[in-house]
Amino acid sequence: MEEYRLELKNVSKSFGEVKALENISFHLGRNEIVGLLGDNGAGKSTLIKILTGYYQPTSGEIYFNGQKVDHLTVPKARELGVETVYQERALAELQTLWRNIFLGRELCNRWGFLDIQRMKDETHRLMTQSMGFTSQAVSPDSRVGKYSGGEKQGVAIVRALFFDAEIIILDEPTMGLSLKETAKLVSVVNSIRQAGKSAIFIDHNIIHVYNVADRVVVIDRGKVAGEFLTKDIGLNELMETMVRVAETGSLT
Amino acid sequence: MKTQTERITPEITQHYKVPFNLRRFARTNSAQLGILGVFISLWIIFIVSAPRTFLSPQIYSAFMSSIPFFAILAIPLTIVVIAGEMDLSFPSIMAMGMVAFYYVYNGTAFLQNATMQVFLAIIAALLTGAAVGWINGAIIVKFGIPSLVVTIGTQFLWRGAVLVLTQGGNFTLEFIKTTIFHPILVGKIGGYFPMQMVWLIVITIVGWVLLNRHRFGAHIYLIGDNVNSAELMGVNTKRTRIQAFMLVGVVSAFAGVIASFYVSYFWPSLGDGYLLSTLASVFLGGTSVFGGTGTILGTFLGAFIIGAIEAATVAVGLTGFWTQLIYGFIIVLSVIMHTYLRKRGD
Repeated sequence: MEEYRLELKNVSKSFGEVKALENISFHLGRNEIVGLLGDNGAGKSTLIKILTGYYQPTSGEIYFNGQKVDHLTVPKARELGVETVYQERALAELQTLWRNIFLGRELCNRWGFLDIQRMKDETHRLMTQSMGFTSQAVSPDSRVGKYSGGEKQGVAIVRALFFDAEIIILDEPTMGLSLKETAKLVSVVNSIRQAGKSAIFIDHNIIHVYNVADRVVVIDRGKVAGEFLTKDIGLNELMETMVRVAETGSLT
Repeated sequence: MKTQTERITPEITQHYKVPFNLRRFARTNSAQLGILGVFISLWIIFIVSAPRTFLSPQIYSAFMSSIPFFAILAIPLTIVVIAGEMDLSFPSIMAMGMVAFYYVYNGTAFLQNATMQVFLAIIAALLTGAAVGWINGAIIVKFGIPSLVVTIGTQFLWRGAVLVLTQGGNFTLEFIKTTIFHPILVGKIGGYFPMQMVWLIVITIVGWVLLNRHRFGAHIYLIGDNVNSAELMGVNTKRTRIQAFMLVGVVSAFAGVIASFYVSYFWPSLGDGYLLSTLASVFLGGTSVFGGTGTILGTFLGAFIIGAIEAATVAVGLTGFWTQLIYGFIIVLSVIMHTYLRKRGD
């Protein structure tokens, strides 16, 4: 059997009476970008939060590189190389940029004392060289709360991409971005594949997903409604299918 | 654009540095400069209106004797408030620590060595403070109850425990005067500089380092700012918050020890008068009640403003009845100033 980077087997998640996910089976290959499509409330975000260890599944199994992982937690998922750009961006808006970039994995010595100069150096380098932010406003000592939507998204992306990520999850990454920023983001996602990493791309905009994903998985009402390789399906056909799924809950 | 294969490089040839800019400095440190401005202006007013009092060295010795008792408490409380939490139970923890002190001192009488007994008793007081702080934090975190509500409850709980364990009795601590701990904790250097001021400075520096140069402090700011983000990014928000409450517990117990040593006496009501002046120091110092922002330096200066107002009202010739009015006035104005600075700052 082929070994996937990540595999979910029959994963369900309930919040009390509400079944958010029912028997989801999902896999992500090496060097593959999977687009996750589905209407509001279909369960995309819940699925993501299970993969990142934020929620524990009610039942089902999670495998990383063919190995079963029990009790996935956020730090454990990060150790396994899962990095996420959250829909809500998960920024601390009153704090400075460098604190946000290193949120939850501050560089420190073995007694826990921070290496502030190095974190500022790295932040400056990542923002100017890697993301191309030249604005004086985006300095390591500036506060994230006053940034524009695109700049905030840039922070969230830099934070996910420039660490030891094997699997990058992008939850609605184009939300609030300008056209130019969106184009830049698409090229970032393409570079993920070139670097031999895997990604899960979630977006409302089917065109963006279609353009970058190798495979599209459609989720509806907590279940996998179907999946397609983008090379086998045209954009128009995919859109028609999505509308049909939204109306009837099934592909046919 | 480069790809994500790029990792944190081991060495950076060029350090990120910005040339010093006065306006930016003023903007990023507006809260601390604001409270420093209030502090200096008030002090000038005090000196001008009561030069004989405020230019004499004795008054400063007196301030440094009395202010540290609550200023010490305000340091860990600042950390808890930055984390978006609140602790109202610290006055009771002060007394609770001293109960443990007294029990251990009496229980180790067989040692026949007062210094050793007092040493063990101080350790017991600090451990009790830590344990009580842990219980406070655990209740807040495990049950998800707002800390304000929980610590209103535990404030009564621990005070009640003190009253039951001592049967409401007070006792003398004359025996500590024979031990080295009396001069170490509450002695006076050269007959002028009180040791409790030295301890305040030590605790302030430790608090500042923890908050600004340690991972613990980084997580405290993140939790107070956006607890969801902190959790999504893998910060152990529960453990960090419990640790913050434990810090308040240990330091409260320590403040209880020095406050009792200073008068060589224990009353079961120990700590009762400190609640409001400690809270006022924290908020006067510019720490936001909503969490996420605040500084140790601000709290330190805030404590000295609070401590000096009473002496100043009397010294400038007003009656003691004016004290509270002036307190209230300065606190309200400062809190308005901080809110204004936060809105237009950054």
